[in-house]
Amino acid sequence: MIRKFIHLHSLREWLFIFTILAIATVLLPLFNILVPEESVLHVPNYMFALMGKYLCYALVALAIDLIWGYTGILSLGHGVFFSAGGYAMGMYLMRSVGKEGVYKSDLPDFMVFLDWKELPWYWYGFDSFIFTLLVILILPALFAFTFGYFAFKSRIKGVYFAIITQAMTFALMLLFFRNETGFGGNNGLTDFKRILGYSLQEPSTKMSLYIITAIILFLSYILSRYVVQSKLGRVLTAIRDAESRVMFSGYNTVHYKLFIWTLSAFLCGIAGALYVPQVGIINPSEMQPSNSIEMAIWVAVGGRGTLSGALVGAGLVNGAKSWFTVAAPDYWLYFLGTLFIVVTLYFPKGFTGIFARFNSKEKSKEST
Amino acid sequence: MTGVHIKDDSIDTTHGCILYLEEVTVSFDGFKALNDLNLYIDDGELRCIIGPNGAGKTTMMDVITGKTRPDYGTVFFGQNHDLTKMTEYEISHAGIGRKFQKPTVFLNHTVFENLELALHTQKDVWQSLTQSLTGEQRDIIDEDMETIGLKEQKYLRAGLLSHGQKQWLEIGMLLVQDPRLLLIDEPVAGMTHQETEHTAELLKSLAGKHSIVVVEHEMDFIRSIANRVTVLHEGHVLADGKMEDVQNDPKVIEVYLGS
Repeated sequence: MIRKFIHLHSLREWLFIFTILAIATVLLPLFNILVPEESVLHVPNYMFALMGKYLCYALVALAIDLIWGYTGILSLGHGVFFSAGGYAMGMYLMRSVGKEGVYKSDLPDFMVFLDWKELPWYWYGFDSFIFTLLVILILPALFAFTFGYFAFKSRIKGVYFAIITQAMTFALMLLFFRNETGFGGNNGLTDFKRILGYSLQEPSTKMSLYIITAIILFLSYILSRYVVQSKLGRVLTAIRDAESRVMFSGYNTVHYKLFIWTLSAFLCGIAGALYVPQVGIINPSEMQPSNSIEMAIWVAVGGRGTLSGALVGAGLVNGAKSWFTVAAPDYWLYFLGTLFIVVTLYFPKGFTGIFARFNSKEKSKEST
Repeated sequence: MTGVHIKDDSIDTTHGCILYLEEVTVSFDGFKALNDLNLYIDDGELRCIIGPNGAGKTTMMDVITGKTRPDYGTVFFGQNHDLTKMTEYEISHAGIGRKFQKPTVFLNHTVFENLELALHTQKDVWQSLTQSLTGEQRDIIDEDMETIGLKEQKYLRAGLLSHGQKQWLEIGMLLVQDPRLLLIDEPVAGMTHQETEHTAELLKSLAGKHSIVVVEHEMDFIRSIANRVTVLHEGHVLADGKMEDVQNDPKVIEVYLGS
């Protein structure tokens, strides 16, 4: 088993991965703690919340690559799984506020505002971190499993599947917008104070959350890599390329699609749960249809079916977004749309494809 | 999710027949693609099926492999497998392999990986995730590549193979599934003369070990492989027998040359 994991990458690739991991989780925090603030080399505190957010997006992109890049099933509804994980974490954080809210009540502020007298039953248990953790790990996956079971069993494919997932995220967004649903309406859940007793305002808490996110992203990457390198991964790409041949070869493709779909939602839910304490808010706008489309664009830009491409894509697009929203906020969506069209038309393999093409050109130059 | 249970692996062919189609009718929007079709394939036989376009040849394949359900009639594999009640993958597990009209192989996988995916083994999710090939299984694949003449192309992406090579790879994929019955739809369409000859030899060498049903248009090819030919027309059997007899049958001549 361990040997199998070692064989996932060549020695050089492993060195590269561990170097990145060491820089992210050890070197950057050290440059924050040890280097004095006046120095150019000092890594400011706000960087960790920002990078932590990007890493969550990268985890989402990884999850979408598994289902879209490898299996050819385009989901435009991953915002739902992300939000499911996010809301579960948000509920725990709301409950840990205790009586320190604006209204000094045991209930979350928005419930007091709505004049609710007691906690709805579905908020029970979120006082416990262990319970919340279980919900984060199980709920998005279970929801995806149920949804996927009916969709795949009915042989819904391609564009139809993508449209249904868009409808799903839109419907749930509307549901969560309502105050009566009991998740804070359009304001969502916010004004968190602490996680596991540590203040969320403290730089050290933010840094710890960032480091945890980096490690979870690393582990998720290894897991995904293991999946796509196994025979199961080859069956998935075969389903993408010629599903009927896979069925006639004796595979129950519904089970395979369901497995990877559920795994993808599972990872996406974890990403949402890590996102919320670092960003400090979760609201229904995370389930906007355009949000889920943007997630798919990250993967398209980075390069489908490569895993590493998804990570790069999430970083590139969100980096551009951060810059645009400061420099030219009105033009961001135009830029995103143009980017998507250009990538689809001219660089179907995304950023990693351009890189690979460049590499092979270099090689062919050498050989001639 | 684990354990696609294969109920009964044995195929009861005590009456000498491996495939029974009786009174099979399939209609699409009123058009009868198959109309009271009766067909019996003997165990170990190599049977050719011919017929003009729209005679129902591909629909017949779809019915046998579970892709299309008949409106009426019975389809049995051996005496104990009711194919109308089984899904595609169950039928494949029971021992029926199908080659499509258009060569359908996994273009982004190597020749070796294509055969690995087709290989007869446990095919549920958990097994695929955790198990790797045994030495014995590698030998089976190597042997198969020898049979279909693609040993040199072992690590070549299937998308880079020639048309004829793709056809052979697909036949090779059927073979490693270890099926009792092979359904082969137009194996020599688009092949050069030489490739056609090679394919004829390949199929002849397989008969006996497997029962084979070949659908084809190419008459020279059929003459070179078939003992027995069945002619389909408008969804039912028009004639059946030796190639020479069938060719001289006035009904067949009318269908092919008349109108």
